[in-house]
Amino acid sequence: MDWQGYLHPLAQGAWVTMELTVYSTVLGGLMSFLAGIGKLSSNPLIKAVSVVYIEVFRGTSLLVQLFWLYFALPIAGDMIGIDLRLPPVAAGVLALGLNIGAYGAEVVRGAIQSVNPSQYEAATALNFTPRQALWRVALPQAIPEMMPSFSNLAVQNLKDTALASLISLSDLAFKAEQLRNYYQDSTTIYTMILFMYFGMALVLSGMMRLLEHSVGRWREPRY
Amino acid sequence: MLFGLAWNTAHGEAAFALSILPMLLIGLLVTIEASVVGFFVAMVFGLVLAVLKSAPLRIVSWPATFVTEFLRDTPLLVQLFFLYYVLPEYGIVLPAFLTGALALGLQYSAYTSEVYRAGIEAVPRGQHEAAKALDIPPRRTFTHIVLPQAVPRVVPALGNYLVSIMKDVPVLSVVTVLEMLNVAKIIGDQTFDYLVPLSMVGALYLILTLLASSLVRMLDVSLPKRGIPLR
Amino acid sequence: MTEPIILFDKVVKKFGEFVVLNELDFHVEPGEKVTIIGPSGSGKSTVLRMLMTLETISGGVIYVGGQPLWHEKKNGNLVPAGQAHLRKMRTQLGMVFQQFNLFPHMTVLRNLTEAPRVVLGLSQQEARERAEELLKLVGLTEHAGKFPGQLSGGQQQRVGIARALAMRPKIMLFDEPTSALDPELVGEVLNVIRRLAEEHDLTMLMVTHEMRFAREISDRVCFFDRGKIREQGTPEELFTAPKEERTREFLRAVLEDG
Repeated sequence: MDWQGYLHPLAQGAWVTMELTVYSTVLGGLMSFLAGIGKLSSNPLIKAVSVVYIEVFRGTSLLVQLFWLYFALPIAGDMIGIDLRLPPVAAGVLALGLNIGAYGAEVVRGAIQSVNPSQYEAATALNFTPRQALWRVALPQAIPEMMPSFSNLAVQNLKDTALASLISLSDLAFKAEQLRNYYQDSTTIYTMILFMYFGMALVLSGMMRLLEHSVGRWREPRY
Repeated sequence: MLFGLAWNTAHGEAAFALSILPMLLIGLLVTIEASVVGFFVAMVFGLVLAVLKSAPLRIVSWPATFVTEFLRDTPLLVQLFFLYYVLPEYGIVLPAFLTGALALGLQYSAYTSEVYRAGIEAVPRGQHEAAKALDIPPRRTFTHIVLPQAVPRVVPALGNYLVSIMKDVPVLSVVTVLEMLNVAKIIGDQTFDYLVPLSMVGALYLILTLLASSLVRMLDVSLPKRGIPLR
Repeated sequence: MTEPIILFDKVVKKFGEFVVLNELDFHVEPGEKVTIIGPSGSGKSTVLRMLMTLETISGGVIYVGGQPLWHEKKNGNLVPAGQAHLRKMRTQLGMVFQQFNLFPHMTVLRNLTEAPRVVLGLSQQEARERAEELLKLVGLTEHAGKFPGQLSGGQQQRVGIARALAMRPKIMLFDEPTSALDPELVGEVLNVIRRLAEEHDLTMLMVTHEMRFAREISDRVCFFDRGKIREQGTPEELFTAPKEERTREFLRAVLEDG
C-alpha cells in the first residue's frame, strides 16, 4: 500500500482526534474556570475541593488518570453497587478534560489575581456585588491574560488525545498503529501522522490566536 | 509474579496492596531512571537547538526552529512509536528503555531550548557591551559572564520540566518499559483488580511530584539570583 | 441645627500596629464643600476610603446620613454591619480616584451606564440618557465610544467623575483627583469640579494638594496631621491667618513649591 492508500483510514482517525480535542478542551475550559474561581472563593468547602482537584490532576500522570477512569473506576463502582463502566470515548474525554482543566485552573486563577486591585475598589465604590465585580469587571480583563497560556494548553491537549488510542479509541494514533500492524510500513505511516498532527496543531494555534485577538480588542488602541 | 515477587490476593485489599508495593516501587525506580536520562537528553539537545536557533546563518537557524516547532507540536506517543519502529528499519536497534528516554528527551528538548533562549536573552545587553569594551573574547564572555548569570534564571524552569517528564514516563509503557504504570497494569491484567494498583500508582505519583517540586524549589532558593559566583 | 451628613465619632483606624486615625472627631454638613489638606500619612485618604467602605473601622463610629455606616443597630446595640447594610449605605456615596480606575475593557459610555443598569436597575435607555447628560456636563460627548486607553489623563478623570455622578450620590468623595495628572491637564478636571460645586448642592469632600483651588471652592478647609484635625476653618481663616504653628509650617512648605 502506498501513502495515498493510507489516507482514508488515517483521515477517519484524524476526525476522531479532532472531536476528542474539541470535547475535552471544552470540558477543560469549564473545569478551569470552575476550579480557578473556586480556588479564590471565600467558601472553605469550595476552595478545598478546588485545591484538591487541581493538585491531584496536576500531580499525577495523565495516562494514570486515563487508565484509572477506564480500568479502576468500574471496580470501585462494583464495590458500591453502581455501574461506573465508561466507554472509551467518555473515559478519554473525561480524563483529558479533567487533566487540562487542572492546569487551566491555575492560569485562570493567576489571571484573575493579576487584575489591578483598584479595579475592585472602583467596583465597590459603584456598589457592585462581589459577584458582579468578578463577572463584569475582573473576568473580562483577566481573559486576555489567559489566552497565551490557554493556547499552549489547547495544543498540549491535542497531543494528549493520542493517549486515548491506548484504551482502543479509534483516533489517529490508533488507526496508525492498526495500519502499521497490518502493513509493517512504519516509516511511511508514522511520518504521515507526525505531519498530520503537526498540521492540526498549527491550525489549532492559528484559531487560538484569532480568539486571542478578538477578546483583547480593547487593549490594542493606545493613546 | 513480577520481578520474582508474588502478590497476595487471598487476604483482602490491605494485604494485596502491601504485597504489590515492592513491585510498584521497583517500577518507581525505573520511572525515576527514565526521567533522569530523558531530562539529560532534553538538557543537552535543547542546548544544541538553542544555539543553532540563534545562529546568524539562516540556513542553520531555520531548520533548527522548524525542528523545535515540530517536536513541540507532535505527540510524545507518536514520536516514541516512530523511534521504536522506524529506527530498527535503518539498522539502529536500541533497548526499549533508551528508545523511551530518547523520545522523552527529544520532546522536551523543544521546551528546554526555549528556556535556554529566554535565560540567555534575559542577561542584560549591558553585560555583553561591557565585556566587549574590556576586550574579553566572545567564547569567554559566554562561559564566564553570560552563562553564570543565565543559569539561576533557567534552573527553576528546567526543574519544572523534570517534574513534567516524570508525569510523561508512563507513555513508555507502550514499548514495554517496566515503569510504575506498566507494573500496575500487568498486576491488574492478571488479578482483575485494577483499582488497588492504579490507585496506589496515583498516590505514589503525588508523592513523587511533590518531592521533586520541593527539590526544585530548594535548588532555586539556594542559587544566588545575581549569578553563580566565580572565584 | 441640621444633622451632619457625615459624622466621625472618636474613630480609630489601625493598620496592624500603626495607628492612622486616633479617635478622630470630624463632621460635614449637608451641601458643604470641605477640603482636607495635610502631609502624606496624615490619614486624609483613609478618611475618604473608610467612608467609601474600602477600609474597615478599628474603633469608634462613623455616621452617614444619620445612620451608622460600619455598624447596624440590633436590639438597641451597635453590631458590625453586614453586607446588606453596607450596600444600602453605599448608595449615598460616590468616589473619584487618584488613578481614575476606569474599566479599561468598556467604552466611556459603558463605564457610565454599567453600574446604573446593573446595580440600580435602570433600563438601557434610561442609563444611556443619564450618561449622555453627564458626558455633556463634563464636556466629553464626542468620546462616548472610545476606550479609556484612547483618552488622556484629564479626559479619563472627567469620565471618572461622570461615572461616580451617574449613581446620583448625595456625597461625592474626591481622593487627590488631579495628583496623577500632567500639569496642563489639571485645569480641565478642576473646572468640572468647580462647576459641580457651584451648580449643585452635593456634599463634597475632597483631599487635594491644589491649594488655590481648595481656597476657591471650599466652605471649610481641614488641616490633618498625624491622624487628627490640627486646625479647621474657612479658607480665609486657614490660609491667611493659620492659628497653629504646624499649619503655618505646612502651608509655608507647600505654597513655596506650588
